[in-house]
Amino acid sequence: MEPATQGVTFGSVVIEAILGVLTLLIVLGFVTYAIYFERKVIGWMQGRPGPNRVGPFGLLQTVADVLKLLIKEDTIPKKADRPLFILAPALTFVPAFTVLATIPYTSKWIPADLNVGLLYYVALSSISTMGILLGGWASNNKYALLGGMRSTAQMISYEVPLVISVVGVVLMSGSLNLSTIVEGQAGYFWNWNFLPQILGFGIFVIAAVSELNRTPFDLPEAESELVAGYHVEYSGFRFAFFMLSEYVYMYAIAGLTTVLFLGGWHAPFPFLDFIPGIIWFVLKFCLVIFTLYWLRATMPRIRIDQLMSLGWKVLLPLSLVNVFITAVVMEFMK
Amino acid sequence: MIRTEEMLLNVGPQHPSTHGVFRVVVKLDGEQIIHADPVMGYLHRGTEKLAENLNYTQIIPYTDRMDYVSAMTNNYVLVHAVETLLELEIPERAEYLRLIVMELQRVASHLVWWGTYLLDIGAMSPFLYAFREREMIIDLFNELCGARLTYFYMRVGGVKWDAPEGWIDKVKAFVAHMKEKLGEYHNLVSGNEIFLARIKGVGRYDAQTAIDYGLSGANLRCTGVDWDLRKSQPYSLYDRFDFDVITRTEGDCLARYEIRLEEIRQSLRILDQALEQFPEEGEIMGKVPRVIRPPKGEAYVAIESPRGEIGCHLVSEGKAEPYRLKFRRPSFVNLQILPKLLVGESMTNLITILGGIDIVVGEVDA
Repeated sequence: MEPATQGVTFGSVVIEAILGVLTLLIVLGFVTYAIYFERKVIGWMQGRPGPNRVGPFGLLQTVADVLKLLIKEDTIPKKADRPLFILAPALTFVPAFTVLATIPYTSKWIPADLNVGLLYYVALSSISTMGILLGGWASNNKYALLGGMRSTAQMISYEVPLVISVVGVVLMSGSLNLSTIVEGQAGYFWNWNFLPQILGFGIFVIAAVSELNRTPFDLPEAESELVAGYHVEYSGFRFAFFMLSEYVYMYAIAGLTTVLFLGGWHAPFPFLDFIPGIIWFVLKFCLVIFTLYWLRATMPRIRIDQLMSLGWKVLLPLSLVNVFITAVVMEFMK
Repeated sequence: MIRTEEMLLNVGPQHPSTHGVFRVVVKLDGEQIIHADPVMGYLHRGTEKLAENLNYTQIIPYTDRMDYVSAMTNNYVLVHAVETLLELEIPERAEYLRLIVMELQRVASHLVWWGTYLLDIGAMSPFLYAFREREMIIDLFNELCGARLTYFYMRVGGVKWDAPEGWIDKVKAFVAHMKEKLGEYHNLVSGNEIFLARIKGVGRYDAQTAIDYGLSGANLRCTGVDWDLRKSQPYSLYDRFDFDVITRTEGDCLARYEIRLEEIRQSLRILDQALEQFPEEGEIMGKVPRVIRPPKGEAYVAIESPRGEIGCHLVSEGKAEPYRLKFRRPSFVNLQILPKLLVGESMTNLITILGGIDIVVGEVDA
């Protein structure tokens, strides 16, 4: 995509819109099958077959689930704060989709090549937290309130180390532009950021799992304590919105991890470059997603106070140390 | 200053982690519990009163439905009480069968506890692994007596069904399989940092408190008190076997966790020996009159159920029905310490502590 110097015509707007819808559809298709894949993978890890009734190999299971949510009665509790209750799912859902714009899939296919792509991602993704807090608050339910509170505390606490851990990568590539960051990781796989930035990578992954509210950091919806957390009063399509935005964020975080630390569309060895970049991107992307599923099948849930002390007392200082070391090394290697 | 308010939260009776229809009303300051009020009785069926109008064989299915996770031990405590009053001689083969099913039941019950406890803590897979192994035990029981949960297997004087051909070998195969799986459980869960951080030091009490509250089973042994009725007051054939009573001194949820998993291993040890000694031939029913009329008198027997000391106090007037039947239910007694443990803990620890006590609501409410 060329910068805005080009004149904006009706035709270019239509093309933009079509591309945007296309990206949305790809993401929706991904989410549909990510849920299926997750249930299958976890099923296999737990010694059961997973969904296998709807369609061949259960491939239509998620479609059926979504249809069920669509035709469900839309209930809003009487005592709920109606406008906020309606606003909350949208407020969670919209930023989840908008952040996807900056993910570069290949050197050619970049929905929006922003110079501050990383900043844009971080800034927008934190808006979703408000949606979750609103949802918990507006439901007028004690469990939902506890879940919403936990969720906000958790996401704010983990956004800080998440952002600071990325600073190391930014220092190394000297840019906030995601495609420039990928360009800087060309060559062999040891040029990918996850090795030189091993500390930052570790912090990023932990903080990202926490941002996604997934096991072992799935406290906001801790089923065994808070029943379902902030979305306990939601049903039907509003519930689907929360669910969907969670999976879209998973897509976004997996994409971001691939771009920042795993070399984006680059092959691990230059002689493998004949394989198209998109395949490498998808492979790395799937690896990250699979790891998230694997964690879910293995880990118990951490406690809220332990979560907080991990975030503030361990991850934050470590991420600052990482920035410091990176800066010093960069200065000496000049 | 921010004005804060205490919040009254109803945990249960319909809550995924109260293990049935149990309810705790907690007063919360933020996420900290100031006061907890357990409410029980949602599953009360009046078993003890109903028993006064039933003959002894008819009471046995009611005991199945008290602690439905461990029906075999409940069967035993009732028939044992009646047999004590009758001073009956039980054929050896029947007694061995009873002992084998009771120990299998202990393994199954601890497996259910292990799986659901980890589910409470947030790990999903162990639940399915535990139920996979428990299913094998249930299949064995199914083959033996045709039921999967409420067995109605024991009778006054013996057992209803003899072991089918090849059953003993299947149990042997299961014991070997279970030993291997127990190691896998430890590998997956017992060393997990998150898991240890969640339960270590949580819900701690000392031996004196445990005795004052009348706790039994793993809830008592976790404080270092060496008290297992299989050893301290041997009943059935337990004096013939070589096994250890597992104790810990920490008194926290981790100690209870370790004890229950170790007890599975000890039960497997007992099973190994019992299956070796199992008599090839023999009766499975003693000489019991057609209508069971225990002589006038009282008997109290207590045995070690997976949850602790389950007792049965039987008062007979020489009729076909008991004059009074009273069960000392370990879940009910163990639960009494809950409000004391909860004060000052967080909402998350409520689930950890409640799960660690190991209650079955059917037995709490009877």
